[in-house]
Amino acid sequence: MIDVDVEQQLGGFLLQAIFCADAPVVGVFGRSGAGKSSLINVIAGVTKPRRGHVRINDVTLFDSEQRINVPSAKRRVGYVFQDALLFPHLSVSANLMYGHRLHAAGAHFIEPGRVIDVLGLAALMARRPDTLSGGEKQRVAIGRALLSQPRILLLDEPLASLDVPRRTEILDYIERLRDEFEIPILYVSHSVPEITRLADAVVVMSEGRCLAVGDVDEIMGRMDLKPYTGRFEGGAVIETTVTAHDPGDQLTTLGFAGGELTVPRVDAAIGKRVRARIRARDVSLAVQRPTSISILNILSGRVIAIRDETGPVVDVQLAVGEVTLTARITRRSLVQLGIREQQPIFALVKAVSFDHRSTGYS
Amino acid sequence: MHGLSAEEIGIVLLSLRVATVSVLVSLPFAVLVAYVLARADFPGKTLVDAIVHLPLVLPPVVVGYALLLLFGKRGPIGGLLNDWFGIVVAFRWTGAALASALMGFPLMVRAIRLSIDAIDRRLETAARTLGGSHLWVFASITVPLALPGIVTGILLSFARGLGEFGATITFVSNIPGETETLPLAIYTFTQVPGADLQALRLSLVAVALSILALMASEWLTPRRKPKAADDRR
Repeated sequence: MIDVDVEQQLGGFLLQAIFCADAPVVGVFGRSGAGKSSLINVIAGVTKPRRGHVRINDVTLFDSEQRINVPSAKRRVGYVFQDALLFPHLSVSANLMYGHRLHAAGAHFIEPGRVIDVLGLAALMARRPDTLSGGEKQRVAIGRALLSQPRILLLDEPLASLDVPRRTEILDYIERLRDEFEIPILYVSHSVPEITRLADAVVVMSEGRCLAVGDVDEIMGRMDLKPYTGRFEGGAVIETTVTAHDPGDQLTTLGFAGGELTVPRVDAAIGKRVRARIRARDVSLAVQRPTSISILNILSGRVIAIRDETGPVVDVQLAVGEVTLTARITRRSLVQLGIREQQPIFALVKAVSFDHRSTGYS
Repeated sequence: MHGLSAEEIGIVLLSLRVATVSVLVSLPFAVLVAYVLARADFPGKTLVDAIVHLPLVLPPVVVGYALLLLFGKRGPIGGLLNDWFGIVVAFRWTGAALASALMGFPLMVRAIRLSIDAIDRRLETAARTLGGSHLWVFASITVPLALPGIVTGILLSFARGLGEFGATITFVSNIPGETETLPLAIYTFTQVPGADLQALRLSLVAVALSILALMASEWLTPRRKPKAADDRR
């Protein structure tokens, strides 16, 4: 449980962040300059807000009214920085153990052996930070934070300084530690695919404020947040399960509450839960079920809302089973097909419109 | 080259002792002052900075005279030291060490401060969030990372101590066997007719000591190992 209500003046920038979230991974999403790092610094106790409170799992770390301000050394927050910030004069093993030895042995609930195992650090222990690759550095930084016995892990854009293959690798590791250790994670990012794949709850930030808090599928599907989640990127996030792989055609079938999606091969085992993001611009509409068409995914649903703005483009919200999709079509198509609310409709999604950015998997 | 006489060896040993003690005494203060100047912001910081740097720009004789006024047997500080602890520094080798320490202090502080300024402060922040107290972070992160500057500072101050003349002769005079360090002895020989050879011999010793000190600092300065190309992926 992360309970934050803080106000902080930073030069000309006002941070006014209020949110409450209880989820294994809480994503904080926003563009650069939205105040994400300021928020994480306040939670970590690196900077002090002028008013408000910060509570993690009912432990108060800051409260201006009760005059509580736990120093960052005592907050037990595992802060992982964008650029790892390993101590350059210490070996990997000494870096890992830096926070571990500062806590009494009785207070340990995370042991070095498990961390080294989960993050695959065994071969790196004797190395110096300047001989590590970017991905390795970030893994050591995450391990170092974990071993400081934190109540929460704060990950500040941990993938920002990595290339694409390394990003997928680190995402895999973060998922493993989420499943392995019962520590809530606050994951700060400006990347829709990262948030979609990892986060269960999402906080959307803009200009120092929290605009919305909610489950990832709700937030990514909300039309009023499109300017922040990205107009071009707008769409729906649905929870799916890998149900089949077709090695011949290299396709994967994802089942969800409303049907099945066929997508290019996703590198995840059968039964694994995968979030798929379907961008609104990738969804076409048909009034009758089309035949003789190359599109593999034809989902039957119902129109629930039409977002009618001025301009050539219209967003149509559809219910497909229990999930909500958004289709972005031209106003001309809307008029020609005579699409109205509540009418049955077929949503067409090209399989090839899915890529690693849709699922976070390669 | 002749071997050194017992008297000459005494002069060299005294000089080394004065310089070593002056470095050892001033080092903790220099690290502290450098850290405060690099990290803290407080009113009057410019003034503190200026006072620390005074010995660098004042004529050494003035520094020596100030020491004489303050640390003389009847001076405000020297009197107290004498009354309370029975410590006398005026006209003693300890006084020579004090003069050297003061003259070398700004050099030491500058070198260490530059080194601390170059440290990414977020490394200290990271250490704090991992549970390190201020003191522990200072000892385990700041000082080791400032080590190159600390070594440079030690060398500069040591060399300054070996060469210190003006403040020393003003404060503790030129007493053979007690305060007559290398530069003072060389000066004495140049003032005696026919002692040119002794002056030259001691000068060569000074040159040798300086070279040794430089080499020692080269050897002591921690260097990041050059990155091997095959290590990077």
